[in-house]
Amino acid sequence: MEALLEYLGLAETAQLLSLEPPGWGGNLLRGLANSLQIALGAFGFGLVIGLAGACGKIYGGPLLRDLLAIYTTVIRAVPELVLILILYYVGSDLINQAAAAMGYGRVEISGVVAGIWVLGIVQGAYATEVLRGAIQAIPPGQLEAARAFGMPPMMTLRRVTIPAMMSFATPGLANLWLIATKDTALLAIVGFSELTLETRQAAGSTRAYFTFFLAAGALYLMVTLFSGVIFGRVERWARRGQPSLREGGR
Amino acid sequence: MTAEPRHATAPAPAEAAITVENLHKSFGSLEVLKGVSVTARKGDVVAIIGGSGSGKSTMLRCINFLETPSSGRIIVNGEEIAMRADGSPADRRQIERIRTRLGMVFQAFNLWTHRTLLENVIEVPVHVLKTPKTEAIARARQLLDRVGLGDKADTFPAFLSGGQQQRAAIARALAVDPAVMLFDEPTSALDPELVGEVLTVIRDLAAEGRTMLLVTHEMKFAREVADHVVYLDQGRIEEEGPPERVFGAPETARLKQFLQTVG
Repeated sequence: MEALLEYLGLAETAQLLSLEPPGWGGNLLRGLANSLQIALGAFGFGLVIGLAGACGKIYGGPLLRDLLAIYTTVIRAVPELVLILILYYVGSDLINQAAAAMGYGRVEISGVVAGIWVLGIVQGAYATEVLRGAIQAIPPGQLEAARAFGMPPMMTLRRVTIPAMMSFATPGLANLWLIATKDTALLAIVGFSELTLETRQAAGSTRAYFTFFLAAGALYLMVTLFSGVIFGRVERWARRGQPSLREGGR
Repeated sequence: MTAEPRHATAPAPAEAAITVENLHKSFGSLEVLKGVSVTARKGDVVAIIGGSGSGKSTMLRCINFLETPSSGRIIVNGEEIAMRADGSPADRRQIERIRTRLGMVFQAFNLWTHRTLLENVIEVPVHVLKTPKTEAIARARQLLDRVGLGDKADTFPAFLSGGQQQRAAIARALAVDPAVMLFDEPTSALDPELVGEVLTVIRDLAAEGRTMLLVTHEMKFAREVADHVVYLDQGRIEEEGPPERVFGAPETARLKQFLQTVG
């Protein structure tokens, strides 16, 4: 193995990427773990906002609909990098002011919580639109049947609306998840040590830019490939009961 | 309207399964129902016929408040549905409870496509009525057998013909053991050769004494199964009576003309 690496001229690279110091592989993996943690949290938080937002936009009163329209428009209009800076600094500032007002000292804001919070709000705006479209694509008769048989509204949401919209929502949600994994890289700007920041530090310290950014790219690609498999399964499950659009298939 | 109309005693005959009194419904300025009254005693099959736009489907949909009536009274099994001044149900729990007593069958079947036939049939008993699941499944299998779909219990609706889907939808409505079944043009969306199998199921239900309100375009069938026929025209009851008389000796010019065009 070592001889092969030597032969290919990759011995140095292997050493740089090794998991034990002085290699930087461990740092990269820790960064990846942080990125995934934030992506998962933000995606989940975004889904909750999105479901509430979609229901509000479809069933809510005029005031709620206007407020949600402002939310989705503003969040989707402003570049995410700018939003992250605004929400991160404004958010931490507000929390510190509140803490000061209540007589506490400065609060140290956890990078993970802040990241989930900030990206979740961004994801929520997009998820609102994805889920709104999916809910509106449900044949109205299915919701009417639920109503005609005396299902209460929350049960209808749980038993009919959500499962029936899943097949329309999964492609859009898969997109959102992949965007979430990559948006975590933007948190590097506020100093959160996710995969991209760890990579930059490793590259900067060793001058092996190509090696480390290629490695980071490979890690992001692996996350994407794995996500593809998972979402493929979710979609198969969500589309159960629907004939395939391919001829002859089920 | 009294402050608590729910406690108003229903003057309907004791054995009435469903009473609709002076039902009005407007969509904006368009008045679709102009005071319709229908009563079905227990075991009655009341057929509601009429041309397109006569308001017959709207009437049926007002009974379980899928459409909000503009005014009128609806009494199911002696219990009047409490209405606000604008016609919307005053008590959500009451209307939900009463809806579970009204088995509705739609023109477009409206089965839940993400659930198998068996799951469709047990959905309301298990989740709304809180019937134990094993009990609901046993009953659902009986009902599916009964409508000739025993071997399709684990199939999803999209893989079945319209006739099979509609029979499954009837099984779903029967699963709540409804006080009254509401059929909203159950065969109108079916290919002609599939109409018969659905009518056979409905005929059986009539024979076993189910109370039914049946909105239909199948005049021969209405004449055969109904105890009472109501002819709606432009939101009013133009003529009603026993089927032999309504179909055999129509009195009003409108009904005569209608029967000629559809006959």
